[in-house]
Amino acid sequence: MFAFFASGLVLLATGHDPLSSYRQLIDAAFVSNGSLSQTLVSATPLAFTGLAAAAAFRMRLFNIGGEGQLYMGAITAAAAGLYFGGKGGPSAFAIAAMVIAGCAGGAAWALIPGVLRAFFKTNEIITSLMLNYVAAYVLTYLIFNTESYWRQTTGFNASVFPTSKPLPSSANWPAAVLHLQGGIALPLGAGIAVLAAAVLWVLYRRTRFGFEVQVLGDSPRAGQYAGMRTRRKILAVMAISGALAGLGGASQDGDFRHALDADPNGLQKQFYGYSGIVVAALGRYNPFSVLLVAFLIGGLQNAGNTLQGADFPSGLVGVIQGLILFSALGGELLVRYRVRFTRPVEVLAAAEVGA
Amino acid sequence: MNNSLAVVVIASGVVYGTPLLYAALGELLAERSGVLNLGVEGMMLVGAVMGFWTVQRVHVATWLSLLAAVAVAALAGAAMAAIHAFLVITLRASQIVSGLALTIFAGAAGLSSYLGNDLNLADSPARHQFNPVFPSSVQNWPIVGPILFGQNVLVYASWACVVLVWLYLTRTRPGLNVRAVGESPAAADAMGIDVVAYRYAHTLVGGAFAGVAGAMFTLAITPQWVDGITGGAGWIAIALVIFAFWRPELCLVGAYFFGALQALAPQLQARNIQLGPTTLWTNALPYVMTIVVLVFVSASGARRRLGAPAALGAPYVREER
Repeated sequence: MFAFFASGLVLLATGHDPLSSYRQLIDAAFVSNGSLSQTLVSATPLAFTGLAAAAAFRMRLFNIGGEGQLYMGAITAAAAGLYFGGKGGPSAFAIAAMVIAGCAGGAAWALIPGVLRAFFKTNEIITSLMLNYVAAYVLTYLIFNTESYWRQTTGFNASVFPTSKPLPSSANWPAAVLHLQGGIALPLGAGIAVLAAAVLWVLYRRTRFGFEVQVLGDSPRAGQYAGMRTRRKILAVMAISGALAGLGGASQDGDFRHALDADPNGLQKQFYGYSGIVVAALGRYNPFSVLLVAFLIGGLQNAGNTLQGADFPSGLVGVIQGLILFSALGGELLVRYRVRFTRPVEVLAAAEVGA
Repeated sequence: MNNSLAVVVIASGVVYGTPLLYAALGELLAERSGVLNLGVEGMMLVGAVMGFWTVQRVHVATWLSLLAAVAVAALAGAAMAAIHAFLVITLRASQIVSGLALTIFAGAAGLSSYLGNDLNLADSPARHQFNPVFPSSVQNWPIVGPILFGQNVLVYASWACVVLVWLYLTRTRPGLNVRAVGESPAAADAMGIDVVAYRYAHTLVGGAFAGVAGAMFTLAITPQWVDGITGGAGWIAIALVIFAFWRPELCLVGAYFFGALQALAPQLQARNIQLGPTTLWTNALPYVMTIVVLVFVSASGARRRLGAPAALGAPYVREER
């Protein structure tokens, strides 16, 4: 609430009518024809990057590299799609190959900061973040500076305007259509995200692995004394986190872009990886809340894209996200503050009565 | 001789290194008081856009306009830092999450982009910019000319800032107090030092430095406004504080090292020197080297001894003393 009030002030200060902006925002995100389909387009990658950040935070690992891991997943999945999709086999096979390749690409990229953290105690925040820039350069390089496997090298204009090779149609992911609001497309990636959230929930809440991860996150020393293997857990958690972000990249290829998108104003301008951190923090790192928050923030981003212009300048989405995050942080602290201060008093009082 | 690759790379390394130096000095001050601020990138971008706005819209003499721009950039950076300070010092929120939130709020897809758009700053060159101070005859001296005398005021001011920060931290009473607050806030509090005030002051000054660092981009390096113009320099600055073992004089060395790495890419491309996938590795080099150096520093396993403030990242709660 506070966030919306504060961003209203930002709008007012820059001479816009906040109420009409908000009305348009909600309309464009959830109400108008086809808006829910568009919201899902933004929400699906956010669900993946949000789950990725949440998976790492369970162990108090700050994987800020979701952005780069998503690019890497997109690169490997596009390679798999181009290779297996072109063979003329069943579509399901090509899609499965893309899912696996996307996971592998993201996980491999995330394992770089993972290994550095596990073996050299290098701060994973900075290393994973630096790798985002490296991944962006790799992505750009593959299409713009070299005749790589991903680049369209034949046909009209191919040498003048570098573009990426379109994926063969059997590598395009199917979408289920709901007959509401003029047809809502439910992309396969959204289904995979829900499935991934469920798997993540079971893994962290119902298995020994999840328990150990949580103990090591909350109290590394206690975990080590209990004989838990810290290094292995760091590697596993980073790999899971990276694989989730990589899946987001695969879904970008298969569900939405149908090619490896290296356009500097395309995938790289969406900042899905960074917004994923916001999603994870607001979802309090619970996989199912992450899905819900991804949907809401997806709506916000979609509205931002649709409305971009006079009433809704670009950048406002980031401002609103930041403000929501600030308010959540402040609010969380106030809640905890109250709990911390009442209990000891009661315990003390009880002890005095007992004495 | 002055056109040789080494001289040009070092000379422009000093230029590219200067925003890193300002940002790192600011972050160093904040961290010495125990506040980790991961929002440097966001503060730099807001400083960059507001500084640029000032030169475009304030119609006065060039030097006055630039001075005002630097002041506005510093204020803007400090204003961003104030949000972080309030959250982590007063509300005791997680410094890591709050810093990241600040980068998202203010960064390339946030407030800086919003302001740049709303104030119509894109696609026009700066009306005023920082130019080299010395006459061209001096700038053309062999080797030292371009490196030492071909720079603008902000570069020379950054050297003064290094000296001032070093003197402040090691030779003054408040500097001693800051270090006490960063190492052991409880002990500092017992000595009668106002921990909260010190932390607020240094986080805000740190933000002001980051704002000036951003202005260096839009007023000197590439005098225009583009979304995300800093390109991760804020994060490199954070890493720089770690390599520099929280010492201002080492920040200077590190900043110019990373500045030179950044200067390498355009120079090799301009000279058509091809070494493998050149555009890829030269662009990625500063980021990869940041990781490599960070690994060396952390693998030496002696971070505490090497100067990390003991209370860095920890909120100070008086009642829990």
